[in-house]
Amino acid sequence: MSARAVAAYDVEQAFDVEKIRGDFAILSRTVREGRPLVYLDSGATSQRPRQVLDAERAFLEQHNAAVHRGAHQLAEEATDAYESARSRIAALIGATPGELVFTKNATEGVNLLAYAMSNSATAGSECERFALGPGDEIVVTEMEHHANLVPWQELCRRTGATLRWYGVTEDGRLDLDSLQLSERTKLVAFTHQSNVMGTVPPVAELVRRAREVGALTLLDACQSVPHGPVDLGSLGVDFAVFSGHKMLGPSGIGVLYGRRELLEAMPPFLTGGSMIELVRMEGSSYAPPPQRFEAGVPMTSQAVGLGAAVDYLSAVGMDRVAAHERALTERALAGLSEVDGVRIIGPTDSEHRGGAVSFVIDGVHAHDAGQVLDSLGVAARVGHHCAWPLHRRFGIAATVRASFALYNLESEVDTLIDGVHESKRFFGVG
Amino acid sequence: MQLEQMYQEIILDHYRNPHRRGLREPYDGESFQVNPTCGDEVTLRVALDGDTVTDVSYDAMGCSISQAATSVLTDLVVGRTVGDSLSTMDSFVEMIQSRGEVEPDEDALSDAVAFAGVAKYPARVKCALLGWMAFKDAVGRVREDDSDAEQPVEAR
Ligand SMILES: Cc1ncc(COP(=O)(O)O)c(C=O)c1O
Repeated sequence: MSARAVAAYDVEQAFDVEKIRGDFAILSRTVREGRPLVYLDSGATSQRPRQVLDAERAFLEQHNAAVHRGAHQLAEEATDAYESARSRIAALIGATPGELVFTKNATEGVNLLAYAMSNSATAGSECERFALGPGDEIVVTEMEHHANLVPWQELCRRTGATLRWYGVTEDGRLDLDSLQLSERTKLVAFTHQSNVMGTVPPVAELVRRAREVGALTLLDACQSVPHGPVDLGSLGVDFAVFSGHKMLGPSGIGVLYGRRELLEAMPPFLTGGSMIELVRMEGSSYAPPPQRFEAGVPMTSQAVGLGAAVDYLSAVGMDRVAAHERALTERALAGLSEVDGVRIIGPTDSEHRGGAVSFVIDGVHAHDAGQVLDSLGVAARVGHHCAWPLHRRFGIAATVRASFALYNLESEVDTLIDGVHESKRFFGVG
Repeated sequence: MQLEQMYQEIILDHYRNPHRRGLREPYDGESFQVNPTCGDEVTLRVALDGDTVTDVSYDAMGCSISQAATSVLTDLVVGRTVGDSLSTMDSFVEMIQSRGEVEPDEDALSDAVAFAGVAKYPARVKCALLGWMAFKDAVGRVREDDSDAEQPVEAR
């Protein structure tokens, strides 16, 4: 299929960051007063290589049609492109295509699961394992992104269940001793990598404990899938979510992964066209997964684009992506640790930790530091990064966060550190 | 350099030496505001004598722009009527939301014209407005209380 052929890309065996950067036109632009862009905000959204843009364009120019609907040639080609993207994405994360539901983003994936669980209360006995009520518990962690917290608060409010959470230690690790699961725990939802601290919690142990009490697990893989090898099958989680726009793909496309057997038993969230088996005026039956969870005409060129992003990442090699980002993270941690008055929020070593580095500077508010960095061309994020409770846990309102991707340079880390010194100088501290 | 245009000396002065900081009694209206994008907060109190603002006190956690803007606000409103204060706020809001396209009204704004540079950074506009939003809300609360008290029961 030609959309696929355009996307296929040979990256040399050796990791060649300059060559990679050549695929990302935006990285060669300048910002503010002619400063080269130093993009350290891939945790929020990543940039997209030419191969992804080309794949979307080629699809739209040659194959565009509503998927899973028509019998004409374009409909066939569009459906093939869409399903081929699903297969390639599944292969990247150790899943089978039928276990992947396309959503708008990770947030929608979490909500899909939460609403399917609410709907389970009235959906018949095969859905019982998803249903919950007063006395039941949902467990999350204090380091979750709002996307993996607020939907669970809401589910608890709707059902009368109780929300509990694992705390976070002073050094930014998950505090496994802070909570004991119970027989009433229905779901344990946790991040694979904190989008603020980079912390990678002990997934295997969390899964083991959840299984012990018969609870389901949801992994928020937003910050892991783009940055290293992830095999959901061997992690043993029941559900997972991630977003295309954080992994070199388009916005408007994300994935909810669910173990086949679970998706088969789970009631739908959104209903309408494309997700049905049989419709009568009196009522309807539903298609098997993943279609059951993809009501309406889905995002098609975005799925194709995400397929191309996966091809791109696979061609580079997720191991090499991880190794490169680890080197950047170590450089940032070492550099920041040497600056007086800088406090890193989260682990200060690179063990079980990914490339999101958040910090505060004594006497310089994060917003102000961000402004100085911006004036130097450095795009870093400031604020609570949609993890307000975590910031509250550390008694701070806002941090500066640098987050890395495969296209970042060591010299960009140095520019960040220079910017931290400049922030201190500008605001007259230290 | 752009940074100096934004962080005028006046702003940095107010940031380092904020005016009227701290929460004081007595007061007539209080407001708590947060900026949901960054988590910055302000609790602000107004004391009125008739229609005149006699004190503004506040406790704030935030960046230099929000802290300085709140400090300047107190200079601009204390000793003036509520009506004048709110029309100064209108001028400030207009300037700060103008993306730098509106000539600031120096007579009305005095020190607050220093924030003209902030208008070029849309992401910081909320910072500059946080204290003002709290002021407007606090004044509104005083008035609500008054109208509750003054309105005869049958008029409700
Ligand atoms: C860890 C984590 N979870 C969830 C999300 C939500 O992703 P999205 O906004 O694409 O739905 C993000 C990104 O903002 C994230 O970093």
